Amino acid sequence: MKRLDKEVRVLVENGLQGPMSRRGFLKKAGAAGLLLGAGGLLAACGGSEEDTTSTTGEPQLSDKLNFYNWSDYISEDTLPGFEEEYGVQVVYDNYSSNDELLAKIQAGAAGFDIIVPTDYMITTMLGLDLLQPLDLDNIPNVTNLYQNFREAPFDPGNKYSIPWQWGTTGIGYNSEKVTDFKPTWDMMWDEKYSGRITMLSEIRDLFGVALFKLGYSPNTRNAAEIDEAKELLLEQKPLLKHYSTDTYIDELAANDSWLSHGWSGDVYQAQAENPAVMYAVPDEGAISWVDSMCIPKSAPHKYTAEVFMNYILEPEVGAAITNYVWYPSPNEAAEEFVDPEILSDPGIYPPDEVMERLVFFEELGEDTELYNKAYQEVMAG
Amino acid sequence: MGNQSPSQGIGTKSTADGDESGPLSRIVMWLRGRSTLVANVLLAPTMLWLALFLLIPLGIIFVYSFGSRGAYGDVVLGFSLENYLRAFNPQWFPIILRSFLFAGIATVLTLALGYPLAYFIAVYGGKRKNMYLILVMVPFWTSYLIRTYAWMAILRSEGVINTILTSLHIITEPLILMNTPFSVVLGLTYGFMPFMTLPLYANLEKLDKNLIEAAWDLGANKFWTLLKVTIPLSLPGIVAGSLLTFIPAVGDFVTPTLLGGPDTMMIGNMIQQQFLLARDWAYGSALSFSLMALLLVSIYWYVRKMGTEELG
Repeated sequence: MKRLDKEVRVLVENGLQGPMSRRGFLKKAGAAGLLLGAGGLLAACGGSEEDTTSTTGEPQLSDKLNFYNWSDYISEDTLPGFEEEYGVQVVYDNYSSNDELLAKIQAGAAGFDIIVPTDYMITTMLGLDLLQPLDLDNIPNVTNLYQNFREAPFDPGNKYSIPWQWGTTGIGYNSEKVTDFKPTWDMMWDEKYSGRITMLSEIRDLFGVALFKLGYSPNTRNAAEIDEAKELLLEQKPLLKHYSTDTYIDELAANDSWLSHGWSGDVYQAQAENPAVMYAVPDEGAISWVDSMCIPKSAPHKYTAEVFMNYILEPEVGAAITNYVWYPSPNEAAEEFVDPEILSDPGIYPPDEVMERLVFFEELGEDTELYNKAYQEVMAG
Repeated sequence: MGNQSPSQGIGTKSTADGDESGPLSRIVMWLRGRSTLVANVLLAPTMLWLALFLLIPLGIIFVYSFGSRGAYGDVVLGFSLENYLRAFNPQWFPIILRSFLFAGIATVLTLALGYPLAYFIAVYGGKRKNMYLILVMVPFWTSYLIRTYAWMAILRSEGVINTILTSLHIITEPLILMNTPFSVVLGLTYGFMPFMTLPLYANLEKLDKNLIEAAWDLGANKFWTLLKVTIPLSLPGIVAGSLLTFIPAVGDFVTPTLLGGPDTMMIGNMIQQQFLLARDWAYGSALSFSLMALLLVSIYWYVRKMGTEELG
């Protein structure tokens, strides 16, 4: 999963660094997506013919499928495999933030058959009436998913979404500098490391940490609990190097930040450059997120999109994506095809006791305002 | 005022063609009597551009600013002053003050550094003038983001400065340079340097050297000539450079995001957060308009003040 300012980072990295590591490559291609997005959009709008129905009433595959995904979040073989097996040409286009995706879909960019929003964004899009329900009869492989992804709070029963890849938001730390590291959010309040700690500037992520530390739900709508979290964050503020969603990766890699609240994939990217960097999911609990395939209301090829989703849920296809991008697969049946090195890495595939402590964000609708106001007070304080 | 020359130019051309009664010539004759029309035609592309890409979006933002945030981050139109009341929340005052302070210091620093540079190029540049000017602009050929990331590499705890100072045994503990007010002001000063230097150069280049010589003849030394003749004459350049530096600097959010710390948030960040993090476009719009109003008042005050000094 990539966030808002990521393209900024990506653009810079492409400029500053030469050869890219495999994991680093994940994020770096965002810039290309940013630059080429406009051109690709035009291409995606080209395929206008609708799914057709044969005389016998059986739905038929279209010639084209327009797939709009996060940049470099796919295996090299995924699309050619589908094209070969089904004879459908996939028009592939990329974006680098949920907001970019939302803005494009809201602006009425017709033509996309599959988009891959993050959990909370699915709720938002449902609230704005932008998605259409899936016909699970066309997606029998849905049973390959882990149980928790079949009952995810943002879409129980996979009525609108099929998970693509997922990950966690925990602590990236420098194991050489932080020798007394324990997997607890208390580390982020440790005065010994004043000036070396960074927190994500995303509103819900930031408050989620304080709420976990206080033992509350990161999805609380209780104003008093949010207020307590605010006080805790104000207490933490003097210890911070800064709030960041992007630069912390470089800082971890450069021994500049020692404790960073961050996304698993980002921290693994820093680790590729600096082996002292480690990733942990704190004991109090952490946020997990999942990017899922959805079909926008305006999609011209709904049936083909569902066939594609079913293809992605095939064990070998799902495993190939994970083996390439190093994010865990939501596909349980894929496990046996995932590289053992990836499968045994607790930072990528958390053990069961950690899984139990992972929570998805819920879209809070009007109560989001409580967080927005508290966040402003932390920023201004 | 400028309407005369283009119509005359076209007229001369058609006369030279010797085609007095041709259709083109008739159009030109007709245009000649209608210089306002010519002016409008010349201005039309710019006006259309501004209307489409400035006035209409500003209008939309203005309408938004009276609305409110929908449950899913959409804008619910309406008429409420609540966003403006929230914009005048005292919690923002330190951030507004800080933005003006940072941008102000950066403007003074760019002036202090840019004036001697512009003066040098204008007066002593000689044949190399163009080369010096290109050198001032060369940094612009690289993305501002990349240059800002370069500053991070210079300022960080194991960065260029700290590594050199440590290896020379001048310091034992790394200096905290990154994520401080210092790094933000440094970034702003560096980033907006050409905005100050180029208008100053344009002004100093045109400066009548005879006036400086006259000052010397009348017994002023170099210092007093600079203070009483050169600087007052270059005041329009100073005003232009200061505005071109201060206005974008006060609303900048990239520099404080990348180089700043938890306590260096500026107005630009505050607005950006409303649009991109809180997805409260209505409140973000109200904040934007409040900032515009604040800037207009400040600029009006500044130009008035500088204008009267010029007279004295």
